[in-house]
Amino acid sequence: MADDLEREPAADAAQEDAVAEEVSVEQQLAETDEPAAAEQARADADEADAPPTEEQAAGESRPLDETEQELLARLERELGDGIVESADAFGMLVVRVKPDAWRRAAEVSKRELECDYLSFIAGIDWQPAPREGEEAGGDTSSPVQPTEMTFGVAGSVGRLQVFAHVESTKRRWGVTLKTDVDERDPRAESWVTTYPGADWHERECWEMFGVAFDGHPSLRHLYLPSEFEGHPLRKDYPLLARVVKPWPGLVDVEPMPGEEQPADAAASAEADKGDGADADKEESS
Amino acid sequence: MTELALDVGWGTILAIKTVVVLAIIPLGAIILGYTFLLKMMAHMQSRLGPMDPGGFHGWFQLFGDGIKFIQKEDVMPAKSDRRIFAIAPAVVVISTFLVFLVLPTGPDLVVSDLDVGVFYALAVSSLSVVGVLMAGWASANKFALLGALRAAAQLIAYELPLLLAVVGVVVMAGTMSLQGIVEQQQNGAIFGWDGIGNPFVFAQIIGFVLFLVAAQAELTQTPFDMPVAESELVAGYMVEYTGFRFLFFFIGEFGTAFAFAALAATLFLGGWAIPFVTDPGWSNVLGPIVLITKIMLVAFLMFWVRFTYPRLREDQLQAVAWKFLIPIGLANILITGALKVAF
Amino acid sequence: MSVDFAVDRQAWRHLADAQVNVELDTGDMILNLGPQHPATHGTLRLVVRLDGERVVSADPVIGYMHRGYEKLTEFRTYPQVTTLINRIDWLSSFANEVPFMHGAELLMGIEAPPRAQYIRTILTELSRIATFMLFLGEMGLQVGALTPPFYGFRDREHVLNLIEAATGGRFHPNFNRIGGLKDDLPWGWVNECRNTMKVVFDACNILEELVAENEIFGARTRSIGIIPPEVGTGYGVSGSNLRASGVDWDLRRDGKPYLVYPELDFKVWTHPDGDSYARYWVRLQETREAARMVVQMLDRIPTGPIMAKVPRIIKVPEGEVWVETENPLGQMAYYVISKGATGPFRVKIRSASFSNVSILPWLLRGVYVPDVITILGSLYFILGDIDR
Repeated sequence: MADDLEREPAADAAQEDAVAEEVSVEQQLAETDEPAAAEQARADADEADAPPTEEQAAGESRPLDETEQELLARLERELGDGIVESADAFGMLVVRVKPDAWRRAAEVSKRELECDYLSFIAGIDWQPAPREGEEAGGDTSSPVQPTEMTFGVAGSVGRLQVFAHVESTKRRWGVTLKTDVDERDPRAESWVTTYPGADWHERECWEMFGVAFDGHPSLRHLYLPSEFEGHPLRKDYPLLARVVKPWPGLVDVEPMPGEEQPADAAASAEADKGDGADADKEESS
Repeated sequence: MTELALDVGWGTILAIKTVVVLAIIPLGAIILGYTFLLKMMAHMQSRLGPMDPGGFHGWFQLFGDGIKFIQKEDVMPAKSDRRIFAIAPAVVVISTFLVFLVLPTGPDLVVSDLDVGVFYALAVSSLSVVGVLMAGWASANKFALLGALRAAAQLIAYELPLLLAVVGVVVMAGTMSLQGIVEQQQNGAIFGWDGIGNPFVFAQIIGFVLFLVAAQAELTQTPFDMPVAESELVAGYMVEYTGFRFLFFFIGEFGTAFAFAALAATLFLGGWAIPFVTDPGWSNVLGPIVLITKIMLVAFLMFWVRFTYPRLREDQLQAVAWKFLIPIGLANILITGALKVAF
Repeated sequence: MSVDFAVDRQAWRHLADAQVNVELDTGDMILNLGPQHPATHGTLRLVVRLDGERVVSADPVIGYMHRGYEKLTEFRTYPQVTTLINRIDWLSSFANEVPFMHGAELLMGIEAPPRAQYIRTILTELSRIATFMLFLGEMGLQVGALTPPFYGFRDREHVLNLIEAATGGRFHPNFNRIGGLKDDLPWGWVNECRNTMKVVFDACNILEELVAENEIFGARTRSIGIIPPEVGTGYGVSGSNLRASGVDWDLRRDGKPYLVYPELDFKVWTHPDGDSYARYWVRLQETREAARMVVQMLDRIPTGPIMAKVPRIIKVPEGEVWVETENPLGQMAYYVISKGATGPFRVKIRSASFSNVSILPWLLRGVYVPDVITILGSLYFILGDIDR
């Protein structure tokens, strides 16, 4: 494989010849010397392309491990019915709490769970972004997201959520807490009294999602200028750069000279935009 | 000068001397600036410094900088106090010029051999404080003001160790005239051996170190460069100065460095005196060269420290001056006086 | 002295509003440090209210470099996101890609082959060395020494040359792929890396002598900007800053296992003081430790493929994942929410400098202006990391 090939440095004068020679050598190797390897690589790619099996698809319902169970038990003891749902996401416990239990959840995390370290507080907007394809002049450059609104791990009541992650530097564990935010009156309780670092995180969350935090000393803009209107990270706020001017990469849809024509349009758009990543996989197959 | 073939009046002689001094200040500044600021600093930082201007290791760099500064537009901040803004650099340069008036470069090569030469030199060198304050205030800029206030406090604080260091020399020499001090060093003897005379650096080693430290602070050089802390105030009191006004400050800074190095060389290393040359004619010719060599030696020490150490904070700086240097200076004077009387 | 002067405004008008009253209250001065300022590394604006030379209050104003990464990631495919996140912490750019790639791989159920993991770890530690070399030098500059930054930059060049030889780019290598790496190491790279690590050790010794053991540096940094551990964790300060306050927490050892750190033998350095000197000292030791780790790994790189079986078009299945890593600046983490498309649905980028800088209003009360610069330098933030 690749690590056995010795790459010779090409002299400046004969650089083009050397490169052409290398390319032809690789092609020869691919075609003649290691037909078995090339065949295997193609088979691997086909296998990987196959739709996920039942096991993989059901990956979300992983059981909680011991640490997570301990954390969940402590939370349930303190918050009781403040907890709506809990789940595991790749080894991390995600707990959704009721909006009126949000501040209590912070205090419980700091005291009972010994989570002294605040990692972040941010928001999620579960609404799918408006379709941009044909309406925006055929701009197909963004990845196509599903049109139905689905919620992630630990579910959600509505479109907006606030989530935070806290960790314990001593017990070496952490938990992600989520809470729902009413779309018509986006408010949540502030964590500033428990974790002083929440100050800036909540300012950013307000600025980007429009969620007001009760008890925060001064909710003002953090990143954006003070006259800015709108909440950029909401899905209905368009990416202004794409509105003003179509994505420049759209022009570059011709295949490189010598490349075989790709099978479908989506694959060609992806292959042209990907910075060598997809092209690499195509070469290895 | 009475042996000159030409019969010229004292006015012409005065004019010649003034022109020479006026030429020495920028030349001295350029020599120091090029050798130490551009080349020595560069080599200490494992790089080369200017190599192109003028061909041979970029010797023309500072001359070119001077020409560049002179031809720049004269920009003043809108809210600045115009007259004071304009005069401030001149005050600093004038104080440097006045120091050179008493520095001897040979037995006869001195503009004015005052009897109170040392006293006069230190007095006029502290005029630059006024210039710095004027610059900081008139700039209408908070950074400049901070720098100027820091400078005022620092320069005034470090006048005292400077003075105390020099008093030891004066006690040993018995005169305040710089020419007299040089002659005392030339004709003196160390414990009876008069081979190289008696440069006061041996007996007054504490005074020498004290003088160098205080001079470093007077020149606002690291580790005492709070007023021009580059990473904070970006040139402090000089921040609003551009073009030829900045050139004045630059010449003032390095010219004063030249002057202080010359003072140190004169007071402690023997000035223009060469150990085995006593003939006045030869001394007049070789004196300047010897003095320049000693100046470069002292300046090397000053700039070496400048490029190595971080800077002290303002309160630490003041603490060093008041709690450390001044007591040492006083003790030095006491010991010198006692030993002078005893021996 | 308590004298009450009656101020005659007409007579004193030319003294520009100087008011003399009972306690000689001079009035606070508001100073704007930045956004263009040599001391703040980048476009950070610090509005400080001064009483003479003491800071009464400080308010950092950020956002001058805000590029809207979290919004942009929603419009990119997974490989394209790598180009974006490279530029968050631009001094150690390889390290930014690692958590995101790891997250995507977890969601897809792919594991990069061991050789790729080793090379990734080596390049991450090289990025750490490069970043810290710069810090060790320019911390001297913050306190006024002109020479150390040149030594820092000079020795950092050796590491950047290594990164360039392996990846093709000094600053933004864009070398990670989902499932492995773009390419294998060039011939002779391993030996070159060993030699460079010797240079790194020498450079650390030189900088220690020149800066850390300098009395004036000590006078400027000891007891300046002390962060108590509880306050630090409450604000989310992480990385060397927190370890310098005595908190023994390093995500390479204590977090979820990632890359090859579970197999490595390394020491986590802490310092009890929590002042600026401690932060400098911890980073100095960590640079040496990183060099030791690289040498360990160079002895153990396995052979094998550098890319796992990955489909041609990458569609990441639905799910959420949180990956946190110990980046040079602190804890960097990505919360990736995927809906099964070719690009992420939402990526929350948790960058270390954002939290490190949020402690400034608390930390800068009552310090002198020069100490503000020292503290800013010792916290070591990168503007791209704060502003994303």
